[in-house]
Amino acid sequence: MFLNKNPQLNKNGELHHLLSIDGLPLEILNQILDTAESFVGVTQREVKKVPLLRGKAIFNLFFEPSTRTRTTFEIAAKRLSADVINLAINVSSTSKGESMLDTVANLAAMQADMFVVRHSESGAPYLIARHVGEDIHVVNAGDGRHAHPTQGLLDVFTVRHYKKDFTQLRVAIVGDVLHSRVARSQIHALTTLGVPEVRVIGPKTLIPGNVESLGVHVYHDMAKGLKDVDVIMMLRLQNERMQGSFLPSPQEFFKFYGLTADKLALAKPDAIVLHPGPMNRGVEIDSGVADGKQSVILPQVTFGISIRMAVMSILAGN
Amino acid sequence: MSTPTLAEAETLLAELTAKMRPHVTPQTGLIGIVTGGAWLAERLHSNLGLAVPFGTLDVSFYRDDFQRKGLKRKVKPSAIPFDVEGRDLILVDDVLYTGRTIRAAMNELFDYGRPARIRLAALVDRGGRELPITAQFAGAIITVDAHDSIELTRDASGKLSLVMQKP
Repeated sequence: MFLNKNPQLNKNGELHHLLSIDGLPLEILNQILDTAESFVGVTQREVKKVPLLRGKAIFNLFFEPSTRTRTTFEIAAKRLSADVINLAINVSSTSKGESMLDTVANLAAMQADMFVVRHSESGAPYLIARHVGEDIHVVNAGDGRHAHPTQGLLDVFTVRHYKKDFTQLRVAIVGDVLHSRVARSQIHALTTLGVPEVRVIGPKTLIPGNVESLGVHVYHDMAKGLKDVDVIMMLRLQNERMQGSFLPSPQEFFKFYGLTADKLALAKPDAIVLHPGPMNRGVEIDSGVADGKQSVILPQVTFGISIRMAVMSILAGN
Repeated sequence: MSTPTLAEAETLLAELTAKMRPHVTPQTGLIGIVTGGAWLAERLHSNLGLAVPFGTLDVSFYRDDFQRKGLKRKVKPSAIPFDVEGRDLILVDDVLYTGRTIRAAMNELFDYGRPARIRLAALVDRGGRELPITAQFAGAIITVDAHDSIELTRDASGKLSLVMQKP
């Protein structure tokens, strides 16, 4: 029996779960981006809602706290007319000793149609996807250090919005790549979409040793790495994920890798600056840059809703 | 009343224009349903010399067959470059058949505002309605076997043609 190599796709090769951008065919990536484009118009109308997922029950299962991601998934589901139930599980059943899969099985018995899962352990959404019935869809909303596919998708959607053509771009991803599920998702999305040059910039302690195997160029010198880039994707310094001695201090990090106006001037004059949020101002990015005219950080948040609407509606229809 | 063969799309468009002309004002808003209806709306807009730009509607998010079919076709953004509230509107589609697309289009339109009136123009009306919907303006009323499909195509020069697909 042939084992399904990509657990995200159904037997027709369509997207059934969204777990990672790694392994997603270009056509599906483009389908998501194009569908999201159509939802941008919907969210600017008098009635910011379509009836597509009327009667569907979507559970936000957040085993790790998150305000922004959970909120944008909730808004996206509501704009599709689905019923949304938010569960912050670290404070309810697991503290009573119920296992994650038991929790999920119980919710499935309540006729759930989709689970949006955030977990501090890499792979948790895969485990859930393997155990639910085939009429239930799972969306990874961030698992450990592994992947955060909807963030990667909204980032490339933002890039496409401002730069149009991926095949002429030089993109730099800056900061704590080692602990970042966002960076991994961004790299897979950018390379699949045909970006010819992706750079990662950061101190040796925060760049994974094997990252070049993903097709990126590593820079430890920010000035060299930012030279003539079109897009700068800043990463958040993952304080809560850093227990070892990766960094001397946040101040030291800002001095070498914080994005200031001076460093930004090394990129192309029309370069755009992205950040997945929440920002540590004065650690990875200077306030003047974060609020400056090259920053597209708030449009990223707006586009995030359209991307999540696109993902949920494509999954629910497959 | 019915013609057994497919007429030239360009001839039907001229007829449709003539039928609509006495019933529009420069402020009438045309809204074409993607894809064929949008091509027709563009042509009708110029033929009728309307002042208001025409809009396009992709009804994928409002269809009643999402449960069965999902979002397979590439969705195009709807674009209505005028205020729908209080406006006299004409929906434009290439082929009027079951009426389900028109229902979806009307539901979507009301999410933009409350129009004063909506009328319907179709290049061909092939009968077979499953909903109480009728076209106020039709280029032709024709009879087609239930399992045949008719599609509007546009070539590089912009010329429109009707193509019959036999199963």
